[in-house]
Amino acid sequence: MTTTLPAYDEVVARYEPVIGLETHVELGTNTKMFCGCPTDFGGEPNTRVCPVCLGLPGSLPVANKAAIEAIIRIGLALNCSIAEWCRFARKNYFYPDMPKNFQISQYDEPICVDGYLDVEVGGETVRIEIERVHLEEDTGKTLHVGGATGRIHGATESLVDYNRAGIPLVEIVTKPIPGTGALAPDVAKAYVTELRDVIRTLGVSDVRMEEGSLRCDVNTSLNLPGQEWGTRTETKNVNSLRSVERAVRSEMLRQASVLDAGGRITQETRHFHEDSGDTTPGRSKETATDYRYFPEPDLVPIAPDPAWVAELKAALPELPRVHRRRLQQQWGLSDLDMQSVLNAGAVELIEATVAAGTTPAAARKWWLGELSRRANESGVELAQIGATPAQVAELQGLVDAGKLNDKMARTVLEGVVDGEGSPTEIMASRGLEVVSDTGALTAAVDEAIAANPGIADKIRSGKVAAVGALVGAVMKTTRGQADAKTLRELILERLGVQG
Amino acid sequence: MSDLTRMTASEIASLVAGGETSAVEVTRAHLDRIAAVDDRVHAFLHVDTDGALAAARSVDERRAAGEELGPLAGVPVAVKDVLATRGVPTTVGSKILEGWRPPYDATIVQRLREAGTVMLGKTNMDEFAMGSSTEYSAYGPTHNPWDLSRIPGGSGGGSAAALAAYEAPLAIGSDTGGSIRQPGAVTGTVGAKPTYGGTSRYGLVAFSSSLDTPGPCARTVLDAALLHQVIGGHDPRDSTSIPQPVPDVVAAAKLGATGDLTGVRLGIVSEFVGEGAEPGVMAAFRESVDALAKLGAEIVEVSCPTFAYALPAYYLIAPSECSSNLARFDGVRFGLRVGDDGNRSLEEVMSLTRETGFGPEVKRRIMIGTYALSSGYYDAYYGQAQKVRTLITRDFTAAFERVDALISPTTPSVAFPMGARTADPYQMYLADLYTIPANLYGGPGISVPCGISEGLPVGLQVMAPTMADDRMYRVAAALESAIGTFTPPAL
Repeated sequence: MTTTLPAYDEVVARYEPVIGLETHVELGTNTKMFCGCPTDFGGEPNTRVCPVCLGLPGSLPVANKAAIEAIIRIGLALNCSIAEWCRFARKNYFYPDMPKNFQISQYDEPICVDGYLDVEVGGETVRIEIERVHLEEDTGKTLHVGGATGRIHGATESLVDYNRAGIPLVEIVTKPIPGTGALAPDVAKAYVTELRDVIRTLGVSDVRMEEGSLRCDVNTSLNLPGQEWGTRTETKNVNSLRSVERAVRSEMLRQASVLDAGGRITQETRHFHEDSGDTTPGRSKETATDYRYFPEPDLVPIAPDPAWVAELKAALPELPRVHRRRLQQQWGLSDLDMQSVLNAGAVELIEATVAAGTTPAAARKWWLGELSRRANESGVELAQIGATPAQVAELQGLVDAGKLNDKMARTVLEGVVDGEGSPTEIMASRGLEVVSDTGALTAAVDEAIAANPGIADKIRSGKVAAVGALVGAVMKTTRGQADAKTLRELILERLGVQG
Repeated sequence: MSDLTRMTASEIASLVAGGETSAVEVTRAHLDRIAAVDDRVHAFLHVDTDGALAAARSVDERRAAGEELGPLAGVPVAVKDVLATRGVPTTVGSKILEGWRPPYDATIVQRLREAGTVMLGKTNMDEFAMGSSTEYSAYGPTHNPWDLSRIPGGSGGGSAAALAAYEAPLAIGSDTGGSIRQPGAVTGTVGAKPTYGGTSRYGLVAFSSSLDTPGPCARTVLDAALLHQVIGGHDPRDSTSIPQPVPDVVAAAKLGATGDLTGVRLGIVSEFVGEGAEPGVMAAFRESVDALAKLGAEIVEVSCPTFAYALPAYYLIAPSECSSNLARFDGVRFGLRVGDDGNRSLEEVMSLTRETGFGPEVKRRIMIGTYALSSGYYDAYYGQAQKVRTLITRDFTAAFERVDALISPTTPSVAFPMGARTADPYQMYLADLYTIPANLYGGPGISVPCGISEGLPVGLQVMAPTMADDRMYRVAAALESAIGTFTPPAL
């Protein structure tokens, strides 16, 4: 791209963004949406298939009750109304990874409608309105081989794996979100994060963006203040939380540069590139595909018993927002402190560390300090840093027992992150332990006093501050493995001075 | 032993059960008959000689071992080529599925196997069950055993002709707009369309999902009921299957055979006894109505004004569903693939495959359905047709408040000469004028032979409320007891 993009601050000063998010969540049911094939990730291609998910002539779908229960729970957690009666619909289009050349989805009768999800951005609560939540089946996967890019262009052969075909997918669609201004990228990221946490709390999906069990399409448009909303683009291939934010920002900048030059935005699907952070056009939606939706005649309508829905609602777990409030209180954190825990993605990590016996303050210190720093340096999510809450708790236990001082604990933690083993193992292998043998320490102190008579005299004459020099000397001979406070007391004691 | 192929299914079953004949002997007799006449009739697309004999041997062994066998054990059955049969070719009468051997059995086929019946093979049909004469089969037409120059009805002409030609005592059909009943009528056999959801569609290659209903075909009402009992009932693999037991159709057929219809109110559908039907058909129908009255039935006329809109509504709903159901035939995973020469794109291969593999009537309906479902036309066509369907259902419901069952001729004419209607689709569609309403409503209907016109059989249709299939069997069996069955001239 040769055009220079405008500065973000200028863009949000001139234009108002409207965003919208469509999120697909693969449910973690044991079996597929309309047949009994297993759903677990991986497996040799085309081994988790049967006549139904291969769309063989004569086969028929039967809806998975566990998937319907899961989507109703998601709808309830997102404050939606649950339809008392609704139907599946066929979305007709030809594509080889779709066995029947139609997808069983929902059209004008989604099972969950009109909800919302509150998210926190910069200390403010933003209410994201949910338009609909519906259930559909996933497609297979096409692999293009022989080309340079792995894309269809230039490929000599295409292979289709139907293992994924028929896995239950929940689609969650927001209403357009106007009025977020410069915060639009943060709002988008906060929404997907919160949605992920809610669904994970419900236990209905592992919501892993990197494995594709949570997928997100981001709609973005810009308009001049007071004018009608602009033409939107839909950005796909947004595969991480960070990419959600980057994709919105990048699309805002690109659209602004087009509009600034007097151009118009094409309604199209765009592809986000993780490496460059920008988007390129995909298939154009100007010639709208006619999906010829009609009610799926092979399936009876879904009519969840209101009493069952009420039971599901009553049995919902504590949702992340409420849970966080409770933790904040328990941990005694200010809103600002809690926000930084949240931003670092450390809530669950700290919670688990506390559960393993560490004080909230100590747990927070490790996760937000040393470990966040390492995560930032290596550009990974905090949860992927390589240290577990149990290991952090073990480390803090060693500190509390006086076996490690603070500096040594940091060294041990480095070892944990580098995969050298548990804190106790690393302490042993690296020979790091506070010297608690008073005999050995006393000998070292006496040696230092003898070697530094001038300093010893100064201390004896009342200049207690000079003790630091002797502490340093002892630390040098013990290679830092003494507890500074104990050492200071011992030196004063040997010199017969009151501390 | 008298000719086994002339016997009814219940007679064969009792001979096998009593050890007076073996299933193998019965099967050989029918395979011999097929070998003798099917080059002229062409009822079968595939005869599974080895599979049939193996199944028969297994029945004989089980009987010898003292096992309790079902009421149809050892009886041969011909299965319409619309049902998936594991390892046995299943074409739906189409070139697009030529050579396809399904890796699974349709639920009905599985139940037939479990009941110890012997599947002889797969019968001819109009391609994808679209047609009323079996002339739209991609593998050549089936001939009516009553007159080989005439059509055997359709789409299940193969199953009906196999019965009339004594190639099989029982057959399976599927009825989307009359494909069991109309062939039954024009071949002088019995064909029953069960309540929609009363028989499983799992493994039935779909034409129109909301209408397709597999059902029994036989030469007698009792045989049809026995077969219905074996194949019917809830199937968890079909979401639209009704989770209730099959109404006791066998008991109803036996009750009807006593010839007493006292207390039964029958309604003649006024709209179907007007000028549309041939005089000979009407004459046979009127005589049958008199016979039913003599058996004690009370006869009234019932007007169902919305039935006039059934044909147009059907020709929007069925093509719409078919346009989607037939999308999967693209050459990617099974069946025919054309043009995959390394130079053509995937879309070109899909397109060429469909262009080559589908016949003209199938293409016509895919196009009609694609159009009817298109954005901007949906409400005017598919949506409107669904409203008509609701009105037709209301007419049925209202009628059944007044009468126990409705009766009409099954089809307006006797078997027409081959080629007479292929140039005019609308004339072809009219053959299903009287049978389509029951499909749109979902209730059961049966065609039973009721007389002869111009040397050709005429059928009477009995329609009953949903899940009251037993009622139609009672009426049909009573009529059969009064007027007997009809035998075609020797082939």
